[in-house]
Amino acid sequence: MSGSVSHRGRTALTHIVLIAAAAIVIVPVAWTVAAGFRTQISLLMGEFFFKPVWFNFAEVLFSKTSDFLLNYRNSIIVGVTSTALCLVVATLAAWSLHRMRWPGWVVHIFLAWALIFHMIPPVALASAWYTMARSVGLDNTFTALILAHTTLNLPMALWMMSVFVRDVPRELEEAAAIDGATTPVLLRHVILPIIAPGLAATAVLTFVFSWNEFAVALTLSMKQTATVPVAIAKFAQDFEIQYTQMAASAALSILPALLLLLIAQRYIVKGLTQGAVK
Amino acid sequence: MSTASVVTQTAEQAASQRSVTPLGDDRLWRWLTFSPALALMLVLSVLPLANLFVSSFQDITWSGGASTRSFVGLSHYAALGSDALFHAGIRNTFIFAFCAVAGQMILGLGLAVLCSRVTRGRVIYRAVFILPILIPGIVIGAIWKLLLNYDFGLINQGLALLSIAPHDWLGSSETALLSVIVVDIWHWTPFCFLLFLAGLESLPQDIFEAAKVDGASSWQEFRLITLPLMVPTIVVTFAFRLVLAFKVFDEVYLLTSGGPGTATEVVSFTLYQRFFTEDRIGYGSAISVAVIFIVSLLLVMAISARRRLGSTS
Repeated sequence: MSGSVSHRGRTALTHIVLIAAAAIVIVPVAWTVAAGFRTQISLLMGEFFFKPVWFNFAEVLFSKTSDFLLNYRNSIIVGVTSTALCLVVATLAAWSLHRMRWPGWVVHIFLAWALIFHMIPPVALASAWYTMARSVGLDNTFTALILAHTTLNLPMALWMMSVFVRDVPRELEEAAAIDGATTPVLLRHVILPIIAPGLAATAVLTFVFSWNEFAVALTLSMKQTATVPVAIAKFAQDFEIQYTQMAASAALSILPALLLLLIAQRYIVKGLTQGAVK
Repeated sequence: MSTASVVTQTAEQAASQRSVTPLGDDRLWRWLTFSPALALMLVLSVLPLANLFVSSFQDITWSGGASTRSFVGLSHYAALGSDALFHAGIRNTFIFAFCAVAGQMILGLGLAVLCSRVTRGRVIYRAVFILPILIPGIVIGAIWKLLLNYDFGLINQGLALLSIAPHDWLGSSETALLSVIVVDIWHWTPFCFLLFLAGLESLPQDIFEAAKVDGASSWQEFRLITLPLMVPTIVVTFAFRLVLAFKVFDEVYLLTSGGPGTATEVVSFTLYQRFFTEDRIGYGSAISVAVIFIVSLLLVMAISARRRLGSTS
């Protein structure tokens, strides 16, 4: 059966190309993580085989001159708080705009503005927020950064939640209304359980984007409130770059993403293909 | 449905698609549910951008906690005309956005088509390809700063195995912008891949089966069926990715800081330098306004592209 042989050959070729592409994705990351386990000399010598050391990780995490644990804590505080805020605000707004009796122009203008806002370079926004935060004395506080990240991720969360809210069958809401449910009861006991998977997808992506955000975090934070990306950027600014420590902190910074990829891949795919325009 | 079309649909057609709930007339809850988002957007997007607009006509100096503002008319905008850094930034951003997005689209579509043809391992490929989307831009910069390093980077080591002389990828002005473009392609091809794969999976399968029965080759199948069906998705995704590529900042900040010279100067970085490094708040605001204006123009073009395609198909 020559047909099935050539078919099998083609499938094998397809897999070879896909595996090569996967290697191009994985090798740079793996090589960098491996560099975190090298000594600076081993890296500079370009040795292929090396004896792994914990020195860089110990230095990044526990040395007196490193603030990395603090940065990690800051990123978690900002990420978790802004994600929670963003979800509540976006879900309520998505439901309100799509299911309550708003005049058409309100919905149009608000969603169009969210789209324009999403396209504006973060540095332009950072400059505006910086001036604002400074004049009300909120510069270098978590409050400013959390509110900034909430706003930054709001358009994406709004679109994602709009998709999920639109999927809620109207009949359910009608049945609830006939049973005498008030709006809060409807939201809490009818809508919330149905959109829970959508909320999870939105939460995962919102958290990741907050964790990754750099331009605004750089301009709205100081030493005490700096997040992980800001800390990593510092390495590249040093006169003599500590490459292996930079690699170690890069490896530590992608841990949350790897963890989410393992436990929540389904939600990430769902979120990225349904609403995100990052 | 593709992401970009979700977005424009939400913006354009939301009102007509809405189905009002029986409780839709509950005025109190209508306001309670919408006002947090409205307040956030008014206070943190409309107000600061209005402030930015006003500042672009002023010179601003800070002393202590207070600012002194003096009106300078259109002089900041006039200065944009002769700012070589700004010009380099605009030019490089366009080159960067166009090349990077074109590369991402072609590779993303190719990989998506291949992946849609295999059944075994599709989940694993997808998991691997998602990885770069989740890594912070600044870490992508760090990873490639190591890989492209002149002395010990993996790229030059690989070239050495082929007896090719090492090259200073980020340090020479001929290859710096190219390197940044390649890094961005590495970063965002997976995203295009994911969207296209979702698009391909939603195409009607019976056409492909009919084509197989008629003895179409894989290339014919791609050229005559897949591509025409995917054109609207491709054009719209391209337009929107182009607008979003205008945001590039993190990778450039870490890899080259706009150098060598102005080889990789992108407009976000120009803005950062003028506003924050040089503390020229008024002038920086004028750059922001100019950038937002350009982005809005591109956005209008993207939406009209979608309209045109929407009306023909």
